[in-house]
Amino acid sequence: MTGITLDLLLLQVFTGLALGTIFVLLAVGLSLIFGLLTVVNFAHGAFFMVGAYMGVYLLGVTGSFWFSLVGVPLVVGVLGLVVERALIRPLYGRGLDYPLLLTFGLGYVLVDLIRIGFGIEGRTFSTPAALQGSVDIGVGHFPLYRLFVMAVTALLLLALWWLIEGTRYGLIIRAGARDPDIVRVLGVDVSRVWLLVFALGTALAGLAGILAAPMRGVYPEMGIPVLIEAFVVTVVGGMGSLRGAVVAGLLIGMVVSLTSLVAPPMANISMFVVMALVLLLRPSGLFGRAGLMG
Amino acid sequence: MSALRTALGRVVALCGPHRVAVMIVFFVVFPWLMPYKALAINVLILGLFAVGFNIVFGYTGLLSFGHAAFFGLGAYGCGIAIARYGLPWPLALGAGVLLAGVGAVLIGGLSIRRRGIYFAMVTLALAQLVYYIFYQAEPITGGENGLRGVDVRTIALGPVALDFLAPTVKYYFVLVFVSLALWCLSRVLESPFGAVLEAIRENETRARACGFDVDGTKLAAFVLSGLFCGLAGGLKAMHLSIVPTEVLHYQTSGLVVIMALLGGMGTFFGPFVGAAVFLLIEDQVSLVTAQWQLVAGSLFMVFVLFFPNGIWGSLLQWVGRAP
Repeated sequence: MTGITLDLLLLQVFTGLALGTIFVLLAVGLSLIFGLLTVVNFAHGAFFMVGAYMGVYLLGVTGSFWFSLVGVPLVVGVLGLVVERALIRPLYGRGLDYPLLLTFGLGYVLVDLIRIGFGIEGRTFSTPAALQGSVDIGVGHFPLYRLFVMAVTALLLLALWWLIEGTRYGLIIRAGARDPDIVRVLGVDVSRVWLLVFALGTALAGLAGILAAPMRGVYPEMGIPVLIEAFVVTVVGGMGSLRGAVVAGLLIGMVVSLTSLVAPPMANISMFVVMALVLLLRPSGLFGRAGLMG
Repeated sequence: MSALRTALGRVVALCGPHRVAVMIVFFVVFPWLMPYKALAINVLILGLFAVGFNIVFGYTGLLSFGHAAFFGLGAYGCGIAIARYGLPWPLALGAGVLLAGVGAVLIGGLSIRRRGIYFAMVTLALAQLVYYIFYQAEPITGGENGLRGVDVRTIALGPVALDFLAPTVKYYFVLVFVSLALWCLSRVLESPFGAVLEAIRENETRARACGFDVDGTKLAAFVLSGLFCGLAGGLKAMHLSIVPTEVLHYQTSGLVVIMALLGGMGTFFGPFVGAAVFLLIEDQVSLVTAQWQLVAGSLFMVFVLFFPNGIWGSLLQWVGRAP
């Protein structure tokens, strides 16, 4: 273990947090969708991938990263609207497995549509000029772009928290997660809430896709490992718990990052070890019983 | 049309009690119905894989997305025994099945702790763990290049040595194991244990209230399913004479879900129908375009939306013999 200084360790913790923020964005979307619609979205990784490719496309058309960053969640969110309305809604009331299976099939279709549109080869996505380079954060130099991703995620989570805790819409979302039947009886169009929440979840996945593109590269199969990582985070945090998604996402990011410092070959495996431990010791996840907004 | 329906219903009713025998007779002539023999071998192997998966998905109602682990463990177990240790094929095939069974005990033990919707996610994640372990263990598994040298050239049958490289021999060799497996499965499903499985699928709470050990039964079904999939994997390794890492990949777990649903979950013959249809699509569409997954994925969604009983299940329903 020689050569590992405290500074290096702290720097790696920061790298883990940056990695974790992508997990958080994905797991929050997944948990929101599950918490309200009880749909396990197996196409979440595919929406992430579509987000990255829409980023490539919009950047190519407009030349502006900032415009793409705003445009991608909108485009992917609209795709989410269409998918919920046309494909998932007919399956409500037919058990939990059918929407899951449908989104799984949708994942295949989206990957091949992207292959047709953009080719089977991967694309590079360079870091925007304004965010290149690195800054001194006290323990060493850290890439500016990763700090930017962390800041964007933190702001988004604050906005989401305000939406859910502080607005009338959030009140309906919270109530809908508790008991959709009562909310419907009170005169709220629950299916519209579900539609919008599905779109919100997929928009977050798309945003995670464009944010991750400069760090992870862009290729048609990029959604598959991401889907599995998001599932691990969700199982560790507790399905349907937003707080769980945030804590578990950052935790898993740090575990992966620190393992890759100490024992690189184990980095891929480490998150599954954490998941297995949580399943053994606390089967409902870290925040499993607290409900959607716990 | 209704005469046809009645006639078919009568045929199905007659075949019912002898389903294993009827299927074996069908498979004996099956290679001549397919464009070429290698495709028929794949239908048998992947069909057996789907049959194993169907034990948990179709009969017990557990949707696993990690069954590549057992197919892959069977393939690697058999392949490593032959390529690295030079074991004769019957022992190697046994080693593959055993390894898959051990994997199923571990993965099943962990994932059955999470009920319902978590099951799919946990099995998927644990299967990915198995994939990474085999991917990293390059000295034993060959890493990303796959395991080479799983050479079985002849099958000794008493004094006669059969040429395993001949497709027809290979097909009937695989068929012997598939027939044995189907006979075992048929016995299991007709046993009281089989009835408990279906009780859990229909109403888990009620099965528990009736005093059945639901978690124990689920685990037993999961392990049984793992053994079947391991056998399919071992046969795949012998058939290909290499073990590609893809056998453990997410796509393989997904493939078996697609085949089981297309064919008809919870039906005896459906998994083979699903395997045949899927492989024919892959084979024929990939002649025209590389994007055969688009066709397979769209077809799968159509079945989820409109024909959840699959091809065979819908047919049985139509002739009045609901699965």
